[in-house]
Amino acid sequence: MDARKRPLSPHLQIYRWQITNSLSILHRMTGVALSVGTLLLLYWLAAAATGPAAFATAQAVIGSWIGRLLLFGWSIALFYHLCNGLRHLAWDAGYGFSLPSVTKSGMAVLGATAVLTLAAWIAGLVI
Amino acid sequence: MTAPNGMRTMLGRVRGLGSAKSGFAHWWAQRMTALALVPLVLWFVISIISLVGADHAAVSAWAGQPVCGALLIALVIAVFHHAQLGLSVVIEDYVHEEAPKIVALVLVRGLAGLLGLIGVVSVLKLMVGS
Repeated sequence: MDARKRPLSPHLQIYRWQITNSLSILHRMTGVALSVGTLLLLYWLAAAATGPAAFATAQAVIGSWIGRLLLFGWSIALFYHLCNGLRHLAWDAGYGFSLPSVTKSGMAVLGATAVLTLAAWIAGLVI
Repeated sequence: MTAPNGMRTMLGRVRGLGSAKSGFAHWWAQRMTALALVPLVLWFVISIISLVGADHAAVSAWAGQPVCGALLIALVIAVFHHAQLGLSVVIEDYVHEEAPKIVALVLVRGLAGLLGLIGVVSVLKLMVGS
């Protein structure tokens, strides 16, 4: 066995966190969270198809404070994954690879996530 | 150099031998479902906001319209396909033991298929019922 010292990827505990790797792992985490959160919406859809009584129960579950909290978290994850997904699609098309533009698009994703989440909840609760 | 099957073209000989195997199809499907989900998710979020406080009759009537029903079915299929593709990569990255990895992959893909089917059947029922 060749015992040459090959370069290792940086160990997480000594790696300096930056916006690039933070947003990257956040994309994965929101993806997993959304997969689980989608069950709540599937429940809502299946309850509507089952009948008025089941639908009333689903509305009560989703409308409770814990239901709303889950829905709020789900909406943040959704808008983040959506905005950062567009950033990934731009990279796949070959755009935005320079370090300054990666930082800039990352900040834009965070800003757009906050704006879209707030706009959706204001539209849903106030208007 | 004489190859054992000398009648085959160079491309024919190397095709399928790369490291990615069927990786490109997976990568491409993930991008295509992502692209489809951008308008579908935005439409769904706006629809849900307009349905806040609506009763069962109103939600059923909305989902039962042909265009809304078709968009809902497209959304359900794209969501569960995209989720299954993404979760598979996460499992392949973090589960290193062969047996638990295969069990997890089969579970995720089976569940995604089944849950997607529940979604599609629910929408179809709402469409037929209204």
